[in-house]
Amino acid sequence: MEFTELESSLREQAIRSSLMAGKPKLYYFNGRGRMESIRWLLAAAGIEFVEEFLETREQYEKLLQDGALLFQQVPMVEIDGMKMVQTRAILGYIAAKHNLYGKDLKERALIDMYVEGTRDLIDLIRVHHKFSPEEQEKNLALINERATARYFPVYEKVLKDHGTEFLVGNQLTWADVQLIEAILMVEEKVSTVLSKFPLLQDFKTRICNIPTIKKFLQPGSQRKPPPDESYVVTANRVFNRK
Amino acid sequence: MAGKPKLYYFNGRGRMESIRWLLAAAGIEVGSSVLKKTNDGALLFQQVPMVEIDGMKMVQTRAILGYIAAKHNLYGKDLKERALIDMYVEGTRDLIDLIRVHHKFSPEEQEKNLALINERATARYFPVYEKVLKDHGTEFLVGNQLTWADVQLIEAILMVEEKVSTVLSKFPLLQDFKTRICNIPTIKKFLQPGSQRKPPPDESYVVTANRVFNRK
Repeated sequence: MEFTELESSLREQAIRSSLMAGKPKLYYFNGRGRMESIRWLLAAAGIEFVEEFLETREQYEKLLQDGALLFQQVPMVEIDGMKMVQTRAILGYIAAKHNLYGKDLKERALIDMYVEGTRDLIDLIRVHHKFSPEEQEKNLALINERATARYFPVYEKVLKDHGTEFLVGNQLTWADVQLIEAILMVEEKVSTVLSKFPLLQDFKTRICNIPTIKKFLQPGSQRKPPPDESYVVTANRVFNRK
Repeated sequence: MAGKPKLYYFNGRGRMESIRWLLAAAGIEVGSSVLKKTNDGALLFQQVPMVEIDGMKMVQTRAILGYIAAKHNLYGKDLKERALIDMYVEGTRDLIDLIRVHHKFSPEEQEKNLALINERATARYFPVYEKVLKDHGTEFLVGNQLTWADVQLIEAILMVEEKVSTVLSKFPLLQDFKTRICNIPTIKKFLQPGSQRKPPPDESYVVTANRVFNRK
């Protein structure tokens, strides 16, 4: 490269770096997995973020050697000078920082109960693609059962009793964001799952129309598609599995 | 017993034990806990643990722990300390969960799980907390006073030691930490016979849980 080309390339990099400084940086695979809830929450909060996708074993080993992964695991998010790990810790930090964690201890308690419930439902779907076809059939029945008999009746009742647009308090919280994520994930598997839950249908329409969330749901956003075969292959390669 | 939190669970450790630890460390007395089969909607997601506390029927272990920690000044002084505490308790939670399910396995699976517990404790989790204590330079993992992170770490250390008695042999700062934390009056009391602390799971615990949940 000629000197002037090198200089301008370095200047470009410096400008790019300084533009990116301040934005959270997400380290994960190019797929949903455990990072997707974090993408949802940042997007809902209107926070722009950048991503570094793990594609090779070498990238992962470099992160390990650099001491960037506290417990040798991803997700990892560089945010506010910290290298945060553990999905729930990251979500809790983002929620608290961006006024999505309620106004007091009691609202926090409700939000925590609700997000733990939807987390359990999301986790059933998150691992679905790892199963054999026979196991997937059983898992699909379990997802449907849990959604329609355990989780969605609870949130339908919360909306009914609470009487506002949101699960907790009078404004959007982490609980709403994680519920809409869960609803859309279940609908990808069982398209009629909300048929007996009219208030959740209204909730879905309202929340999906919030500008930041609407934007996240449009093509070209950082929202990831459901996992496919190449995602499984990449994860196995990076983690030296099977 | 009005005002005391009331714990609904089996008469054993399971997922409730971390809650017993945290309440004990905070010096909070608990009311008697009885597990009845009930359909009165007391269990939000049809699951235990459930804790009646401050007019709420709280479920989901992490939600309950977070509420107790925040209420009793065990959750740090600001958002950054909270973030550290959250990372550390999620790490120890993963280690505790390996041990929590150990008794459910067959003897062959238990042998493998024991090796995994030992590996995770000595190669993944304890080195992190040893380093935190070294770099942090105070008696505690976060800030200058006891937090949820310290309580859950001492719980994890004692659980691992029940399976691998020499597990702290290469971690001198954790050995000191263990001694110090176990000498805190509320925790010392919890570790004495007659407290609400539960023993490791045995066969009758498994039988009861299966019966209540109609399993196998």
